[in-house]
Order: sequence, then C-alpha cells, then structure tokens
Amino acid sequence: MPHRTFISFIWPSALAMILFIALPIVSVAVQSLYIQHEQVIETVKNCGPFGCSESVVVNVEATEKIRAEQPLGRFNGLGTYTNRNHLAFAEIGEAWHDSSNWTVFFAALGNLPFYKALFFTLAYTLVVTPLVLLLGFFIALAVNRLPSIYKGPTIFFSLLPMIVTPLIGSLILFWMIDAKGIIGGSLQLLFDDPDLSLKASPALTWITLFIYGVWHHAPFSFVVFYAGLQTVPKDILESAMIDGANRWQKIYHVVIPHLIPLGVFIALIQLMDNFRVFEPIVGFNASASATSLSWIIYNDLRTGDGTTLFGSAAATSMLTILGVAILLAPVLIRTWRANRRMA
Amino acid sequence: MRIMIAAASLAVMSSTAYAGCGISSGSVRIGGNDFPAIQAVSGAAKACDGGGVSVSVDLNKDHKDRQVAALTANPAQFTTSIINNSALVALMNDGLAQPLDELIAKHGQNLQDMQKVTIDGKVMAVAFMANAQHLFYRKDILDKAGVGVPSTYEEVLAAAKAIKDKGLMDYPIAGTYSGWNLGLEFINMYHGHGGEFFKPGSAEPSVNNAKGIATLNMMKALSGYMNPDFLTYDSNAVQADWEAGNVALTNLWGSRAGAVTDGEGSTSEIESNTMFASAPTVAGQNIPATTLWWDGFAIAKNVSSSDAEATFIAMMNGISPDMAAANVDAAPWLIEGAAPQPTDVGVLASAQGGAKPYPMLPYMGAMHSAASAEIVDFLQGKESAEQALADLEAAYIAAAKEKGFL
Repeated sequence: MPHRTFISFIWPSALAMILFIALPIVSVAVQSLYIQHEQVIETVKNCGPFGCSESVVVNVEATEKIRAEQPLGRFNGLGTYTNRNHLAFAEIGEAWHDSSNWTVFFAALGNLPFYKALFFTLAYTLVVTPLVLLLGFFIALAVNRLPSIYKGPTIFFSLLPMIVTPLIGSLILFWMIDAKGIIGGSLQLLFDDPDLSLKASPALTWITLFIYGVWHHAPFSFVVFYAGLQTVPKDILESAMIDGANRWQKIYHVVIPHLIPLGVFIALIQLMDNFRVFEPIVGFNASASATSLSWIIYNDLRTGDGTTLFGSAAATSMLTILGVAILLAPVLIRTWRANRRMA
Repeated sequence: MRIMIAAASLAVMSSTAYAGCGISSGSVRIGGNDFPAIQAVSGAAKACDGGGVSVSVDLNKDHKDRQVAALTANPAQFTTSIINNSALVALMNDGLAQPLDELIAKHGQNLQDMQKVTIDGKVMAVAFMANAQHLFYRKDILDKAGVGVPSTYEEVLAAAKAIKDKGLMDYPIAGTYSGWNLGLEFINMYHGHGGEFFKPGSAEPSVNNAKGIATLNMMKALSGYMNPDFLTYDSNAVQADWEAGNVALTNLWGSRAGAVTDGEGSTSEIESNTMFASAPTVAGQNIPATTLWWDGFAIAKNVSSSDAEATFIAMMNGISPDMAAANVDAAPWLIEGAAPQPTDVGVLASAQGGAKPYPMLPYMGAMHSAASAEIVDFLQGKESAEQALADLEAAYIAAAKEKGFL
C-alpha cells in the first residue's frame, strides 16, 4: 500500500488515539511529578453552635497567589513515586535491614498500602485469568454439544453474568453471602459453624472476590471460544475420528491447537481487565481486606472533605500502566515474533 | 392544544400563588446531602419557586465528594451547598464560600447568634441542626440482662458481656466500622480519651501515644461483641441490623433516631424499647466519646449577587420556624422556637456533657482518611496497636506533604 493511502486511512484513528489516549496519559504523567503548594495557614477565631475556639484556616488569597504563579504546583520529581504511599523505597530499605527472614520482610511489605494493593491485584489477575480461560472453554465445549433448540436459551443465560453491571452483580452477591443471606447461611449449615462469615476474614474475602471475578468474566471467554469452535475444520475432525481418536484426543490434538490464537486474545484482554479490578471491591465493601491499584486511585481522588490527592492518584495510575505493560510483555513479544515469522 | 394551554396557565397561576418569599428574580440551586432533615429544609425552600425565581434541589448522599468541584465552577453549579463542619472546611480551603454578614443584616433577623458560623469575624455559614453519634440502647434487653444504661464504654462492654452470657443476643453491639465511618469512630474515641491529633500549633500528627493505644484497644474490645462482618458496616447496615432486632447497643447518628422509631422497617416491640442517651465516656475521662456536628448552608462565591440574595432568602424560608414545627422529629433543630424532641435526647445530652465539635482544621480530612485506612489491620489482628498508629502517622504525613500542609 502506498504511504499516502496508508496515511489517509490511518489518520482519523491516529488522531483519536493521540487525543483520547496519548495526551491524557502524558497529562497524568506530568501531574504525577507535582504536588500542591505549601498552604499559607493562619490562626483565627471560630464560632459556631458549639461555642468559640481558636482554630487555623488556609489563607486563601495568599495561597491563590502562589497558585496563580505556578498553576501546576510544586515540582516534586519522583518524590510521590518513592514516598510511603507508593513504592516506599525508604520503608523497604528499613524493612530489608530489620527483617531476619523473608516472612518478616513480606509482612512489612504487605503493611505498605501500595504493595498490599499490588499483592491482591496480582493474586486476582493470576488466579482469575487462567480459571476464566478454562471455565469458558469447557462451557463452550458443553454448549456446542447441545441439541440446537436448546443452544439459544443456554447461550443467553450463560451470558447473564457479563450482562449484569459489575457493581450490581457484586452488590447482589454481597447480600447473598451475608451471614444471614442464602449462600452465607447455607455455608454455615454445611460446615456446621455458626460463626463462619465470608466477609470477616481477609482470606475468605479474597476467595469470594476471585469467585466473583471468574463468575463475571467466564461468559466473555465462553462466547469467544464458542465462536471459535464453529470454525474448527470438520475434515480434520473426521480424519482424526477415522484414525481412531477418542473425544479427548480430538479436543487435545485438533480443537485446542486451532483455538490457541483465541486463547491468547482472551488472555490479553483478561490480564488487562483483571489487573484493573475495582468494582467488586466497592460492591463487596471489601476495602478492609482487599485493595487493588485501581481502588487506591479511586480512594485518592474521592476522599471527600477536600483531601483529594491528584499527584498521588497520577503516580499510582502511571505505576498501573507500567504493571499492565510488564504483564502483557511476554504475550505481546510472542505475538510479534509469530507475526514476523509469518511475514 | 387548548387544554394544554389551559393546564399551563393554571400551572403558572398556581405556582405564582405560592411563589414569592419576597424574591423578585434569580436562580436558586440547592445541593446537599440526602437525609430527612435536609429534605425538609430544601423542600421548604423549594416553595419559593415561581414568578421570576427558579428553585432547584439536588440532594445526594455523596454530596461532600462533589461539592468542591460543583462550587469551583463559575458560575457555580449550586448557589448554596448544604454542609457540615467538616465540609465547610473543604470549601474554605479553596475559598469557595462567600461571607454572609450583609445578607444576614438584610434578611436574617430571626437567626439566633448560635446559628451563625463565624470564621475570623465573618459569618461563613448558617447552621440549622445539630448532629452527633450517641448511644442507642434496647431497654428490654438491658433489663433482661440485669444491667443499667451504660454511661461509660467500660459499662458498655460489661453490658454486652451480660447480654451475650445470658444468650439474649450473639452480637449485642454494632458500630459503623467501615471506611470513612471507621475513621470517625477512631476520632470519636480518641477525643473521649482526651487525645490531641496534632502537635500544638502545627500540622504534625501526634496520635502514636498511650491514649491512641487505649483508643484502639477499646475499639477492638467493642468489635469483639460485633457481628464478624463489622468492618463492612456503615450507618445504613447498622440501622438495618438495629431494626431487625439483632443489636442492643450502638453508637449511631442522632439523625437516625427518628428513622429507627418511625413505625417503619421494624416491630413495635423493638421500636418502643429503643432509647437514646449521651455517647458514653471512656477511660475515666469526663467528656462523651463523640464529636458534635452541625449541618447548615453556605452560599457559593462564584454566583451573582442577585442570585446570592435570592438563595439566602429562599434558604431562610427553608429553615423557618414553621418548617421546624412541621418536621419536629427530623432532627435536633437549632432553629428558634424548635422544642427538643424525645429523639434529640442523645445529641443534647452529648453536647451538654461537653463533647467536642469535630475539628475544623484544614488538615483534619487527611488525618481522617489515614485513620480510616490504617487501623483496619489492627482490628483484624494482623498488627500491633503501636504499628497501626505508626502507619496512621506515616500515611497522614505522606498525604499532608502532598497537600502542602507539612
């Protein structure tokens, strides 16, 4: 294709990508290097319904003046990245120095908000992604064997978890797993333990969130695999049958190799999605036991009462992008090599 | 078509009949938190709608998270923001509220002095109700357990133990122990211990001390009598548990007192035995372990002076003695002529007991957020109280540095 044609085809989407993807990321990156100006504080007398007291307030005019001179704030370099609420280099150094063994060191690491969130985010990504792939694949195989009149309704119902808004889905499950809810109550009966509560212990909360993640994402993987199953070449399956392959051998030697590119695609999308896990933590009110990188960003931006931390949120966003890039690197490199071989 | 015109003219006529409040023109846009007392106030202000004046009301339970952005816009999205002591600080930090002295001189004759929230000599907000977390107790359960009404947290623990030992309830205590609420419970209890959050005259934190440790230990002792899911409980969940009759003791908002005795969502046995008292004291100190809050309104800086005046008049109509008389149970009103109701007992007793107001410091929000996040590990038994307090201070310092307070 001549360059001219290529450019005239690509420019609208290139422009949209620059405007809506590249520029916002650059702006967030710049934001993450700055912190707010020093606030000019003064002592004043406050009176209200409960009496008078000496208190301090921000001198808005003076602060406004400093702000007008340097609207971005104070340059802080990578200070926000390395502070205690993010990568916490100083605290890690200390913990490394003080810890006698790995367990103590990891406990100290898990006590820092960023690493605590990173542990959960990674665990969620690495547990949910393979399970979603497996479960979706087996549902697709099962549905594919159904007589055709049942297929339509079955596919529709299998897709429901994905159609339900994540927040609503997690809220419904949140009440069902309550100690007085249907799932929570049944589990108490089943294990004969009246104090069993899925929301109380961090470990059980993690497992609940994992199960929710698999429940919510499996339909996506199912529907992609199901579409892929329709393209498996019939002649190869038939010749495998003639060669005496049983059902599992056919799946293992014919179907799976055929579906691998789709699997890579689902894995890519799921890795990205799961690394940004957020809604279930809010829906399950689980922030006490499980926080994710996205949740930290939300928390920085949404602490009401005027304590919004833009620099902090920006730094965590950049670190999240970095995390996604690292996670995807192996898959991307693989795809790139495969493409080059083909070319 | 003719019918529509007739209906429209009828609508205009009927609205002009109610409109007025003496406002000639202007746009009044009210934004606020969403609970019955504020619904009553904004509803009364809405009655001024019509003629040349438009009054719109937008209430949302997350109002505190949106008000700064809404009032930063020019012209502001809301001409008035219904706020409390903590939310006013957020507006003051960015200079988004305007002084009300002139408007009060012109239209605010029947305000009481205590309603005027004065900062550095200027009235920045008008308060109309008080609020505080205080003790809710079930009289029948305490009687069956053979204990009196607890006035200290040590007695609360003893009462809970008696209730549990007698098999009356599995989890006699409930608390608002999730997220922002948990931070506030810490602040309440630390106040009750007589603690100071900051080193005098600075924004340096000072919670990692014996009082802080005692505060955390008391919270953990209380949580031992709570539903194992206590870290997911907010005010709505506590109210639901209370109305279901699962709880005998809790420290809940005064603005919920009406809601748990309103004849809805519970049985008459539970409602008739639901009583209110001052927040308990703790550790031999003499002030109730709670913080006092007021709710009021501030007027946005980024609005025209005619809109500001129209808003002030409409809000004065909203917080009129008539409104308070028509909604006596909705809140402990600070409005002239509003007589205290049985549901106000807890807030009034806490205030008379000398409970402190929630600190109006520009950096209190950062302290509150840090407390909400960092004491969870201790309550889950994953770390010591000293470690939790050290984490709290470290998280606060990182945030306060970024905000430019340190």
